[in-house]
Amino acid sequence: MTTTRLIDDSIFTDLEGAHEVPALAGSACEGCGTTTFPRQSSCPRCGGVAMSDTALAREGTIWSATVQHFPPKPPFRFDGDFQPFGMGYVDLGAVIVESRFTEGSMDRLAIGTPVELTLLPAFTDEDGTQVLTFAFAPTHREESA
Amino acid sequence: MSSNDVAIVGIGMTQFGRQPGVTGRAMAVEAVTAACADAGTTWPDMQFAFGGTYSCGDADTLISMLGLTGAPFINVYNGCGTGGSALISAVNAIKSGERDLGLVLGFDKHPPGAFNEDPENVGLGSWYGENGFMVTTQFFSTKIQRYMHEYGITEDALARVAEKAYRNGSKSPTAWRQKPVPADQILSSPMVNDPLTKLMFCSPGEGAVALVVASAERARTLTSTPVFVNAAELRSRRFGSFEVYSPWLSPDREVSATTDAARIAFEAAGIGPDDVDVAQIQDTESGAEIMHMAETGLCAHGEQEKLLADGETEIDGRIPINTDGGVLANGEPIGASGLRQIHEITVQLRGHGGERQVPGDPRVGFTHVYGAPGLAACTVLSR
Ligand SMILES: [Zn+2]
Repeated sequence: MTTTRLIDDSIFTDLEGAHEVPALAGSACEGCGTTTFPRQSSCPRCGGVAMSDTALAREGTIWSATVQHFPPKPPFRFDGDFQPFGMGYVDLGAVIVESRFTEGSMDRLAIGTPVELTLLPAFTDEDGTQVLTFAFAPTHREESA
Repeated sequence: MSSNDVAIVGIGMTQFGRQPGVTGRAMAVEAVTAACADAGTTWPDMQFAFGGTYSCGDADTLISMLGLTGAPFINVYNGCGTGGSALISAVNAIKSGERDLGLVLGFDKHPPGAFNEDPENVGLGSWYGENGFMVTTQFFSTKIQRYMHEYGITEDALARVAEKAYRNGSKSPTAWRQKPVPADQILSSPMVNDPLTKLMFCSPGEGAVALVVASAERARTLTSTPVFVNAAELRSRRFGSFEVYSPWLSPDREVSATTDAARIAFEAAGIGPDDVDVAQIQDTESGAEIMHMAETGLCAHGEQEKLLADGETEIDGRIPINTDGGVLANGEPIGASGLRQIHEITVQLRGHGGERQVPGDPRVGFTHVYGAPGLAACTVLSR
């Protein structure tokens, strides 16, 4: 039986919520409304220290994307043979977050594509624990002709 | 407004690119000796020095090789802004009236594949690196991808920038990359991060550059071809700019440090972007040159596609950019890159560019360096 863990609990929130997928955890500045990801104890825009936890939206659109064609150096971790992966930025309204994509081809990663949050197996710990990271997946898959 | 009170009177530069067996410190001494000789001076004439390197230790210890004259040698360590910061410090030392002759130095020697960063060093959790995000090329690629989408820039424009860099490098005897590379070969080289291929990126490199600077009065006694520093400005990023290693961005976009530094430099010089006859701007990869063309004010956003297609940024074009091949052809020795740009402008304004000389007796030059963690240095130079 495989046990799993999140890549870092502190970047998630709503771990026990109704959703299958926990939300990404940000901080909202009570002074100027800026939303950060991950959590921050002070605001980079106004310097305020009154920051409250906020769950980021689970749906957004692709703001920019690229495909990582070569394996990054450590501390990047992956299992087996390296597979190119999509990554980029997702516009969630209050904040634009950097994320992996479930798709590894630019045809699927056009700017403006609607996407939703999911979890993706990233690598396996030495004890066999599967480590999950966050990723965004296109919500409408148009089959190419 | 414009104060022509500090001039570049001597320049010295080593070969760029790999020089096995030659230390960074030896390159630095070579550049200093050349710059002093070019100014008709010697190291003991220097009343001060500002110098820096990213990876070759403490610049000030070079005095044991240059000569122990007692002059103050101040280390400058400011990432990609090292050269620019050294020049700004020297300019201010002369403007203060306390000194009238001094030296500026930048040098580096990076092994292949340098510039690995630990996420903890930049305030990020280890998850960020495990996730595969500590990769600078992802930043360049996602930034230009968005820019191409917003302003209608194509892959052809990216290839043209690199093609121009290698062609200009082939006309610069000190450049690392000496062979022209056709656009189709640039486009078909291995994809690093879409839309940028391997030949659209610079590599960590080696090199040293030194400048001798003087007050205008002292300059008159030393050279008939002084190049004046009309402005030298450094700015750091403001909230809302898009920088490397960003786990998030604000939806409220702000202009980059480049835009701020360029605007302030042009204002301080009393010279506008339209007056620039030759420019050297940061071209870490092809997309960077394209974005920086507009961010510095040398053209409007979106205009780059046509300017490049029409050859307007070539040596014989309307606004020649990176006439020595930029970092794409010279490599990136962090401490030396900013001063290499100023060296090239000085060569061009003196009319000593040889095969790569900009025609029409250029009078006004502009330089721009940009780097982590979001800083830009710009100069306006004239003769
Ligand atoms: Zn705030």
